[in-house]
Amino acid sequence: MQTEALTGGFTTAPTQAAEAFRAVMRAMARPGTVERITGARPPLPLSPAAGAVILTLCDPETPLHLAGAADTPAVRDWITFHTGAPLVARASASFALGSWQALLPLTDYPIGSAQYPDRSTTLIVEMPQITQTGARLAGPGIETAAALSLPESAAFQRNAALYPLGLDFLFTAGDHLAALPRSTRVEAQ
Amino acid sequence: MSDYNFAYLDEQTKRMIRRAILKALAIPGYQVPFASREMPMPYGWGTGGVQVSAACLTPGDTLKVIDQGADDTTNAVSIRKFFEKTAQVATTEETARASLIQTRHRIPEEPLTEDQILVYQVPIPEPLRFLEPSEVETRKMHALEEYGLMHVKLYEDISQHGAIATAYAYPVKVEGRYVMDPSPIPKFDNPKLSMAAIQLFGAGREQRIYALPPYTRVVSLDFEDHPFEASKADHDCDLCGADDSYLDEVITDDAGGRMFVCSDTDYCRARRAAGHIGAQGAPYEEATA
Repeated sequence: MQTEALTGGFTTAPTQAAEAFRAVMRAMARPGTVERITGARPPLPLSPAAGAVILTLCDPETPLHLAGAADTPAVRDWITFHTGAPLVARASASFALGSWQALLPLTDYPIGSAQYPDRSTTLIVEMPQITQTGARLAGPGIETAAALSLPESAAFQRNAALYPLGLDFLFTAGDHLAALPRSTRVEAQ
Repeated sequence: MSDYNFAYLDEQTKRMIRRAILKALAIPGYQVPFASREMPMPYGWGTGGVQVSAACLTPGDTLKVIDQGADDTTNAVSIRKFFEKTAQVATTEETARASLIQTRHRIPEEPLTEDQILVYQVPIPEPLRFLEPSEVETRKMHALEEYGLMHVKLYEDISQHGAIATAYAYPVKVEGRYVMDPSPIPKFDNPKLSMAAIQLFGAGREQRIYALPPYTRVVSLDFEDHPFEASKADHDCDLCGADDSYLDEVITDDAGGRMFVCSDTDYCRARRAAGHIGAQGAPYEEATA
């Protein structure tokens, strides 16, 4: 294990995790808004935002899947040291982390069951950037209109059609965070 | 430095609750199971709401706690003191100044904003529980969207009383999918459930968390010929004269004397401070308040 795996976590976990969770909750409650989330310095290629989300939500109870370029020894060591989350295959993941291309196809992840729709994967999608432009969004948390620079529209439309089953998405870029729950309807760009 | 972890709960418990809150926000109205902890207060005193508040509080928050609209009842005072001690957060009685409001059975009269969070204490989260005691069955009914029984119950109200007699915990349908218990708020508050703030519901004994994101479509169940009606006592507040707030009836003597006062104490105080006086009110004096 490299010693850099030991650094870059929250310095005061209780309050930093609380601040980070507030950002995640606000993003999830208001799809299309972009929140700032800080406190983590994970090894590359993880963004600080993705690192903070992992530190805030993951622990030994949450199987995590690392997709594509995110699956490096440095990232594995960092996540294992700071959270203890088991690193697993897609089919048993509570969380999955990677770029959009690396995370596809979405059919690999659990979408919950009719009686327990909450037992589905939350995907943390690393993005080059997040802007409030592009696909138009509608649904709970949106008063009139919202827009978000999604990597594509069709996959999210298929996901929303599964409601109340489906996947939930967190988008991270730098120290920015946005979210797209399954309840959001995405209109074509 | 306090001897408690920030906001009392340990970090792993908070992460578990936080994950449940996120799934609850993603599926509005669906009750997410969570591993409710023993809290230093009995079930029925808001253990669910306290756990949700503890998982949500940040050091910069200003907390308000109300019990049936009042800031000064035992339940509200003790929960406020609990978080003053364990999270060192600022507290307030003013609705507009609070960033997180924990409530038992009321929605504040003053409209909430996008920057506020409303946490409900919920005794029985399952709206179908009194119609179907089995959790296995109610879970199946939610999965199949089988809500006929709830309409039968409302219909029986009409056939017995001539109107829907359910006055509190009035069932709602969320985004056209899940039937949800809004906790025992008076049905007067139901139209406010579609609001700008994030609403989180915590049931400690029953181990459920559910949520309403801002502007979620929330419809009170009714019939075309018996539409939903948000009712209140047909009276004005005797202290502040408000005709638009939910009222409590207070017995003042044993000779039939009574008065109606706002259940939302902060709303009433603010109105009296602004010079409004009701039928039995005295001019408001800051020093005696």
